[in-house]
Amino acid sequence: MNLVLTWLTDPAHWAGEDGVPHRILEHLTYSAVALVIAAIIAIPLGLYVGHTGRGKFLVVNVAGAARAIPSLGLLFIMVLLLGPRLSGDAAFVVPCLVVLAVLAVPPILAGAYAGVEEVDASARDAAKGMGMRGLQVLLEVELPCALPLIFSGLRSATLQVVATATIAATVGLGGLGRLLIDGLAVRDFGQMAAGAVLVAALALAVDLIFALVQRYAVSAGLTGRRTASRRSRPKASADSTLITIS
Amino acid sequence: MSWSIDHLPAVLSLIGRHVYLAGLPLLLGLLIAVPLGWLARRYRVLYPLLIAGTGLLYTIPSLALFILMPIFIGTRILDPVNVVVAMTIYTVALLVRTVADGLGAVPDSVNQAATAMGFGRVRRLFMVELPLAVPVISAGLRVAAVSNVSIVSVAAIIGVPQLGSLFTDGFRRNFMEPILVGVIACVLLALVFDLAIIAGTRLITPWQRTRRAA
Repeated sequence: MNLVLTWLTDPAHWAGEDGVPHRILEHLTYSAVALVIAAIIAIPLGLYVGHTGRGKFLVVNVAGAARAIPSLGLLFIMVLLLGPRLSGDAAFVVPCLVVLAVLAVPPILAGAYAGVEEVDASARDAAKGMGMRGLQVLLEVELPCALPLIFSGLRSATLQVVATATIAATVGLGGLGRLLIDGLAVRDFGQMAAGAVLVAALALAVDLIFALVQRYAVSAGLTGRRTASRRSRPKASADSTLITIS
Repeated sequence: MSWSIDHLPAVLSLIGRHVYLAGLPLLLGLLIAVPLGWLARRYRVLYPLLIAGTGLLYTIPSLALFILMPIFIGTRILDPVNVVVAMTIYTVALLVRTVADGLGAVPDSVNQAATAMGFGRVRRLFMVELPLAVPVISAGLRVAAVSNVSIVSVAAIIGVPQLGSLFTDGFRRNFMEPILVGVIACVLLALVFDLAIIAGTRLITPWQRTRRAA
């Protein structure tokens, strides 16, 4: 722990291109872009599958298989495949984003799909009874009701992506992984430990932000927030279903 | 294709290393997670602590954990024990919650019936609660198995040989075939682990089969 503190409190490590703030910014950029790409693919797909029940088998299995692909191997394949076709930094950044997005899709997909599927059938019937069309039911009833599980999927994807973005450094990119890879090269344990602590802290900080957003985005009717006397559904059950689905 | 044929014995031995490095932690992690999950269930105060604590472990990047292990347990950097211990930590991180939730899902009426039949606390745990929690625990174990197989490959960066060595080796020589072989072997290995867990679960939960058949 002393090594970590010594390294972290050295002002020289906090300035410039290879300073901690710049590395954190790079790390967050890779993670955020990959997560946005994954969310754009996985949330609509998950909503569609959950709403129609079509392609359930396919989605569950493809997502399961995607989990088994080792990120490091996929990264190297992508760099060798795409690298020669792209120029400059893009030759490494694009492959890295592809790998992180592949990593993030399964949990987000499982969350979105399980979220819609778990919606109370009576709520869906009531929406239809009120004259809502299919898309209206999906966007105005199923989506808000599915939000807790969608967030749960997004958050578990975020944790994985932030932790895995460290491998960007193995192909010469930036991010906090640089502290690990460069530290390994010169056997600087203080720097490596500091890098590990920073990645874990970053992952937790991002998760905390998601928790806050979730608190205000999810309808009070679902969480029981500010309406303690009329609690509708315990949140714990939502989390455990995600585990069994995934 | 010629590379694969020439290097078949080497690839097979890497698969063996990979099975050991990903499989042993799965067993060790399960052995540690069961008592922890039981504790989390038994003493409600501990539940949030244990769940948050083990969740925290999962945010540590695998590369960092592999590198830092020697500092914590005093081994050498290339010692495979580092990888086994690190992977055990990840397995425990994933499984404690699953075990706690699995034990929690056992119906109260079943527990009460067991107690009424004269089962003591320990005998009830091993003969009633744990067997009934097997399907939930096995779902968690499948997730852990697949992620273990994938994470172990990162250990190639610190030079511990397993299928991930094919990635670093191929990348260094700008040679696609070993990387492809490694990825395919990893995915197949994950599939084999997954099927083995499904088969094992079916074997020790015969009542689930009869229920489905009925």
